[in-house]
Amino acid sequence: MGKGNGIDRRRLLTAGLAAGGAALAPRAVAGEGDPAILEVQDWTRYLGDGVQARPYGVPSEFEAHVVRRDVEWLTAATESSVNFTPIHELDGIITPNGLCFERHHAGIAEIDPADHRLMINGLVDQPLVFTMEDLKRLPRENRVYFLECAANSGMEWRGSQLNGAQYTHGMVHCVMYTGVPLRTILGEAGIKASGKWVLAEGADASVMTRSIPIEKAVDDCLVAFMMNGEALRPEQGYPLRLVVPGWEGNMWVKWLRRIEVGDLPWHQREETSKYTDLLPNGKARRFTWVMDVKSVITSPSPQMPISHGPGPLVISGLAWSGNGRITRVDVSLDGGRNWRRARIDGPSLPKALHRFYLDIDWDGRDLLLQSRAIDEDGFVQPSKEELRAVRGENSIYHNNGIQTWHVKPDGSSENVEVS
Amino acid sequence: GVGLAYGLGRRATEDEVAAWDIDVRPDGMGLPDGSGTVGEGDMLFQEQCASCHGVFGEGAGRWPVLAGGQGTLTDERPEKTIGSFWPYLSTVFDYIRRAMPFGNAHSLTDDEVYALTAYLLYMNDVVADEEFELSKENFSEIELPNAANFIDDDRDSEPHYAAKADPCMRDCKDTPAEIVMRARILDVTPGSVDDDGAGAGAVD
Repeated sequence: MGKGNGIDRRRLLTAGLAAGGAALAPRAVAGEGDPAILEVQDWTRYLGDGVQARPYGVPSEFEAHVVRRDVEWLTAATESSVNFTPIHELDGIITPNGLCFERHHAGIAEIDPADHRLMINGLVDQPLVFTMEDLKRLPRENRVYFLECAANSGMEWRGSQLNGAQYTHGMVHCVMYTGVPLRTILGEAGIKASGKWVLAEGADASVMTRSIPIEKAVDDCLVAFMMNGEALRPEQGYPLRLVVPGWEGNMWVKWLRRIEVGDLPWHQREETSKYTDLLPNGKARRFTWVMDVKSVITSPSPQMPISHGPGPLVISGLAWSGNGRITRVDVSLDGGRNWRRARIDGPSLPKALHRFYLDIDWDGRDLLLQSRAIDEDGFVQPSKEELRAVRGENSIYHNNGIQTWHVKPDGSSENVEVS
Repeated sequence: GVGLAYGLGRRATEDEVAAWDIDVRPDGMGLPDGSGTVGEGDMLFQEQCASCHGVFGEGAGRWPVLAGGQGTLTDERPEKTIGSFWPYLSTVFDYIRRAMPFGNAHSLTDDEVYALTAYLLYMNDVVADEEFELSKENFSEIELPNAANFIDDDRDSEPHYAAKADPCMRDCKDTPAEIVMRARILDVTPGSVDDDGAGAGAVD
């Protein structure tokens, strides 16, 4: 369907590219005109699918390349592994549900919501069990938040390794959650005065657990059952997940089955062996919960070469901070020597992705593209050198250093480090 | 319903709490009754664990290494194991009982988890006696070598964060930026020529 026309269009685009930067003004197509206009297209002549052909719609076949991808050598098993959001292909601030990166420790638990339970126990006045039906009778909220894996960009601590924003920065997504504040649910059980921490626990075969201080638990954590207006996807914790705004993704326990209140942290595997950050002196930071101010240019980038030659170029990217809103993003074209202020467009919500643009007139020469975000707490995104000077190269987690793309005259880009 | 404000939910029974609340803290809170020896743990480990973690916990292929690596935390390539890195023995017991064996979790008895934990202590030279028996009673006497080396998050004190300075906009470097490293040299991105067996991953 439409393949022949696709080839015609590609030929036309190729011709346009070959013409290069010669013409900066809009130009007419040579000869008789554009076959995409002159020829009656199939979609203009024949009927398309009727209304019920696609009861749950999927993207156009021409967007088949916009998918999550993994890096096989990263992990021993796909069930305890990660894949990456195709952030290079996306725009705005909301990630489509089917493209939100996945991180599981024992595969995707497939749970019938009728069999799912949430238990509250520990230092409470009365231990409780909720069904999904119960939870949906409690007052709910809608909030847009980013979720970033603590290990996002972790493979880049030693330098440029993976060639694409999807791989270097794609362990992040941002959706609107609908759920019940955790404080409401804890309030139903009644927290004892000695209750200072909560343990969140998942129902999958990793029975994921993390300790969270009570201040955070009753501040802005949500027990969510919807994302972007529909039920959570199984790979995102259906039917119930914890939302821990601004904090590392590991703590957003999926398939949430239990919240225990205690007086001390539990020091579980995911907060001792993992999600602790080794420093050059052999000591390790623990409880590094907040995801710091960060940004990345998503286009152009290694997976998004410039195909149109010199002239107007949209530089597009994402910025976020676990501390709150992004107030400013600067972009450099020369590897951080000079900066200009980018334009933030779309909603600016606390602890959510922000979209920024810098519209330039590209002269076709090499660029060393960087972005630098600043959040409302005044934290400035650091360079990788600044991070390594303090933390060395073995922290694994929390790499929010400034990313550099080398844009070449042919429009391709590469992940590089600059002096 | 018994909830305070909305009357939703119901009281959890003691059996229900016992079935799900299996977490163990460093102070021993949550430990079940039971015990197991190094020798029992060795047999269990070879049957249930060695195919992934190696006969001596050295790890097969890319599967996690459980023993060794002591004194490597300041090396260029640290080996972070139970013996070299983990702060608390409670985490070993808790995690095995919670999530191991990978693909057949919650299949071990409490005595078996004590025995496996004892064997991991032996492989990591924390206990030297092959006859050693770990139990609920002596559990909290065991201290792992790296317990003192964890500090709470102090990122805010790092120079680049502590300053909160307005960043430079013009002529911020004395000389033009030079490329010092390229991803394509490594060539480990999926879809590139050879992405097999590349460098150590950051995720497991």
